[in-house]
Amino acid sequence: MAETQNVYEIPIGPIHPALKEPIRFTFQVEGERIRGVDIRAGFAHRGIEFMAMKRNLIQTLYLSERICGICSISHPITITLAVERAAGIEVPPRAQYLRVIYSELERIHSHLLWAGVAAHELGFDTLLHLTWKVREQVLDLLEELSGNRIDYALPIYGGVRRDVSPEQTPKVEAMVRYYRGLLDELLDAFLRDPSVEARTRDVGILTSEEADSLCAVGPTARASGLSKDVRQDRPYLVYGELGVKAITPRDYGLEPRGDVYDKAVVRLLEVAQSLDLIETCLYEMPEGEITSFPKVPALLAYLKKVEGEGLGWHEAPRGEVIHYIRLEAGVEEPIVWKVKAPTYSNLMSWVPMFRDQEVADIPIIAASIDPCMCCMDRVHVVRDGSPATVLKEDLLRLSRAKTERMVGGSRLSASGPRSTAHGRRTTDNGQRTPDHGGGL
Amino acid sequence: MTSLHLVWQAAAVLVGGGLLGLVYKGFDRKLAARMQARIGPPLRQPFLDVGKLLVKESVVPRDAVGWLFKAMPFLAVIASFTVLLYLPWGPFPAILRTGGDAILVLYLLAVPAVAMALGGFASGSPLATVGAQREIVMLMSYEFPLAVAVVGVVWRLATLGGGPAFSLGAIAAAPLWTMVGPLGVIGLAILAACLLVVTPAELSKIPFDIPEAETEIAGGLMVEYSGTYLALFYLADAAKTIAMAALVVTLFAPYGIAGLLGLSGAGAQAVDLVFHLLKIFVVMFAAVTTVRVAMARLKIDQVARGFWLQITAVAVAGLMLLVLDRMVVG
Repeated sequence: MAETQNVYEIPIGPIHPALKEPIRFTFQVEGERIRGVDIRAGFAHRGIEFMAMKRNLIQTLYLSERICGICSISHPITITLAVERAAGIEVPPRAQYLRVIYSELERIHSHLLWAGVAAHELGFDTLLHLTWKVREQVLDLLEELSGNRIDYALPIYGGVRRDVSPEQTPKVEAMVRYYRGLLDELLDAFLRDPSVEARTRDVGILTSEEADSLCAVGPTARASGLSKDVRQDRPYLVYGELGVKAITPRDYGLEPRGDVYDKAVVRLLEVAQSLDLIETCLYEMPEGEITSFPKVPALLAYLKKVEGEGLGWHEAPRGEVIHYIRLEAGVEEPIVWKVKAPTYSNLMSWVPMFRDQEVADIPIIAASIDPCMCCMDRVHVVRDGSPATVLKEDLLRLSRAKTERMVGGSRLSASGPRSTAHGRRTTDNGQRTPDHGGGL
Repeated sequence: MTSLHLVWQAAAVLVGGGLLGLVYKGFDRKLAARMQARIGPPLRQPFLDVGKLLVKESVVPRDAVGWLFKAMPFLAVIASFTVLLYLPWGPFPAILRTGGDAILVLYLLAVPAVAMALGGFASGSPLATVGAQREIVMLMSYEFPLAVAVVGVVWRLATLGGGPAFSLGAIAAAPLWTMVGPLGVIGLAILAACLLVVTPAELSKIPFDIPEAETEIAGGLMVEYSGTYLALFYLADAAKTIAMAALVVTLFAPYGIAGLLGLSGAGAQAVDLVFHLLKIFVVMFAAVTTVRVAMARLKIDQVARGFWLQITAVAVAGLMLLVLDRMVVG
């Protein structure tokens, strides 16, 4: 084995079997122990927010769905919530219930996908194949309801595009029954298997203090014992009436340790929670319209007149996703569209999770936050052919420069951007502004 | 026996062993796939793989120590095929026989692992370096229980006066189970169990595929190997799988069925050879295929601790029982 002073670097990524999407880790390794990690994101940046500024809002909705295939309900729901808030559009009650059903279906398939990936990272391919086999059931149902296995095109501003018909209801019920019957087996395979436990218990620990100070979201935070769930903390749609409670390992009778095992506990229990929510929604869903704008041209015409900004938030399977949108009257395109995906919030929790772990733990720890790079990558600076790193200080400087430029007589009111002055968004703009002469 | 005759026999064992290794690999992959609810590759896939690798370019990385990098696959193949020559094949005695060949086989089995580790260190890749370090730690972990199991059996046979000491031919000719007392039977069973646990480790299969660990270090010590060199390692692995399973069979179940069926002559030899191959398959299926679909990959420290403490303790206990048996039975 290596000498005590012999710290060497192991590059993982941007392309590596442990990673399903490109990101680069540079580990400082001493023997098999990880002493430090440097994370570099930005390889999956496609400039989606910028593309939206060239498209009308309906096209932007479709674009939002293509941020990530797995989150292809979360992003459209969040952008519709943002636009509806900006435009003051009411969503019919039935549509709200339907949105909840679709989101929870997405949560089930996303968590099962994660469970399979996690098993694969542990070298337990049998579990991967079995988990993904049972995942087919929910994908089949989503295909039945939307016509697609992913990219469902279900939410639209003012409602949803497809109803759950009376003929489809038994299929949803059958799916709920199927997974309820299977849940014990899943818990057995993941939580009571000695070799899985040996690889996940006390691996990649994120203490609740660290999760809190790093603003971790979703199952990553809940596994550390934080009772943090957007559906519970800032209810939207009908989640308030449904009374969603954040799931922590305590619900499984365990004291949260924040390790990989706890993250599996939380995700698997959330599958059960989603099943309950779907069932409740199915029975409590009132009859009625599923959208307040049945005709798309009318919707577009209405949205074109809207002036204002809106924020949408949603508990995606990976955690809190936020969309900010700014609309201007007479313009079809969004003026600003900012997406904050859960992985962005969870990125920094990798650092304490990797500390003093073994090289063998890298894949499962990397997978434990259920990262979604294509959701997250928002900024990738390449100037004069060489990639540059933007530090927090740079962000702050660019952000202030931008604000000053705008205060100094831009089209936008000074108060608008300031109220949403996240350094990131402004940098995204600030980086562009020198070429575009200050305006957006 | 003329030397020409010997060459022919050796060639038959080497070619047959290599083909058998690939066929068994095909069965292993197919059965594993079935247990994972997959269709799996066709049985001849390992042959296709080797054929494909042989025509592919063999890249030697710029940072590699070229001669070492290129020599190690050959060393691995030669060592693992040589083991086949020292193992008895059911009714047929081993091609090469010397006193103490049980010890020689132990060392020969370790050579491919060392060759892979050296090749890994020579490839100049950090992932391969990690894999090579892990291979060495693995080797140090499972060698002791392996040696205890093998030496225990052959030593007990020697004390019973069964042929030359530490000879695999002798143990194949005189199964121990019926020669020892009850304590010895328990001891032998324990050693057999230990050897079955060591088998997947020796072959670097899940849960012990730590040196390669695809999801962690992208193939580890194999990461830089391609083309012919990779094909050679692939063949070495196939041969070593057969050798390891055959060793288990030879030590603990060297029985034939021809006698029971009332056969004699060439027919008996053929039946016993097939039965021997069947036993090898059963050992491979039990110790490699089922284990690798039923478990997650362990970590190197878990494996090292497990082999050094638990498995070694169990193996030594088995050996002590054999020693006690020697005192009681004589």
